[in-house]
Amino acid sequence: MDYSLGHEQLNTIEAVLQQDLIDLGVNCVFLIDMAGNVIANLDNGKIKHDIYSLAALAAGNFGAVSEMAKIIGEDEFSLLFHKGEKESIHFSKVMTDFLLVTIFGKETSLGFLRLKVAEAIGKIKRILES
Amino acid sequence: MAFVNLKKKEVQVKIVYYGPGRGGKTTNLEYIYNKFNDRIQTEMVTIKTHGDRTLFFDFLPFDIGKIKGYDAKIQLYTVPGQVKYDSTRRLVLRGVDAIVFVADSMKVRREKNILSLKNLQKNLHTYKKSVFKIPLVMQYNKRDLAEQGIPILSSETLERDLNSQLKAPSFEASALTGQNVAQTMKKIISMTIRSLQRELK
Repeated sequence: MDYSLGHEQLNTIEAVLQQDLIDLGVNCVFLIDMAGNVIANLDNGKIKHDIYSLAALAAGNFGAVSEMAKIIGEDEFSLLFHKGEKESIHFSKVMTDFLLVTIFGKETSLGFLRLKVAEAIGKIKRILES
Repeated sequence: MAFVNLKKKEVQVKIVYYGPGRGGKTTNLEYIYNKFNDRIQTEMVTIKTHGDRTLFFDFLPFDIGKIKGYDAKIQLYTVPGQVKYDSTRRLVLRGVDAIVFVADSMKVRREKNILSLKNLQKNLHTYKKSVFKIPLVMQYNKRDLAEQGIPILSSETLERDLNSQLKAPSFEASALTGQNVAQTMKKIISMTIRSLQRELK
C-alpha cells in the first residue's frame, strides 16, 4: 500500500473537503488510509476531536465490517453510518485504500450529506489518480 | 513504509506489539502510558472483552519531536493474542512499520510463543512484508515470575526458540514492574527511525 501525495495534491484535497463539506455545515472531516494514518483533516473550528485515535478506530472498524461483508458473500459494504444524539459519523470508501470520515450534527440531513460526500469523493479520486 | 505528510511536515509511524495471548502486550502499553504521561496528550484507546482480554487492539499515540524537520508521531498498537482472533490481528498489521514481539517466559507457554511468531510471519506475508526485513525487537516478558517460583524458560532457550534465525535485539523484561519496557520501546523506535531516515533522504 505504498503511496505518496504531493503538496499540490494535498492542497487540492483540502480545498475540496473545505468547499464541499465544511462550508456546508459538516463539523469535521478527515481522509485516512486503511492503516489508520491521517492524510488530511479539517474542522469547523468549534469542535476538537482526537483525530489520530478516531482514525485508528475508523480504519479498524471499517476493516472489521469488510470482513463481515466477505463472510456473507458481499465484496464490501462501501458505506457505514453511526447515529448519535448530537453528532453522527459517516464513513465512505475512496478507491481501495482510503476512507473519508465525516462527523456532522443534527442540522445536516443524512441524504444531503451522502450526496455531498459522493461528489467530494469523485473529485478526490481524480486528484489521487492524477 | 510510514506515512509522510509533506504538507504538514509530519510522519506517522506504526509500531505493533505482537505475541501470544496473555503475554503482556497491553501491559507494556499501559506502563508506557503511565510512565510517559507528560508526552501523551490523549487517552489510550483499548477495545477489550468483559474478561479484560484485548478484543481488537490497543492504541497509544505520542510525539517524539522532530526528525529531519518532520514532526514524528509514534503510534503504538497491540494485537489480540488469542488464536481465534487471527483476522483482527491481520487488520492491525496493515501498514505496520515495526514489530515488538512480546514472548511469554513461562515454561508452559513455550509452544505458544513459537506458534505466534510463525503466525506473525504468515500475516506479514499477506502484506508482502518479511519478518526478516522489518525492524523487530524481541522482548522476553514476565522475568519477575522467577522470584515467585513459577518455572520460566531461560533466555538462552527463548533465544534458540525464537531468535536463532532472526537475530533481532532482545530484552529480558517485566511489563508489570516496568523492567526494560522503556528500553524495548526506545530500541524499536530508534531502529524504525533509522530505516525511516534512509527513506526520507
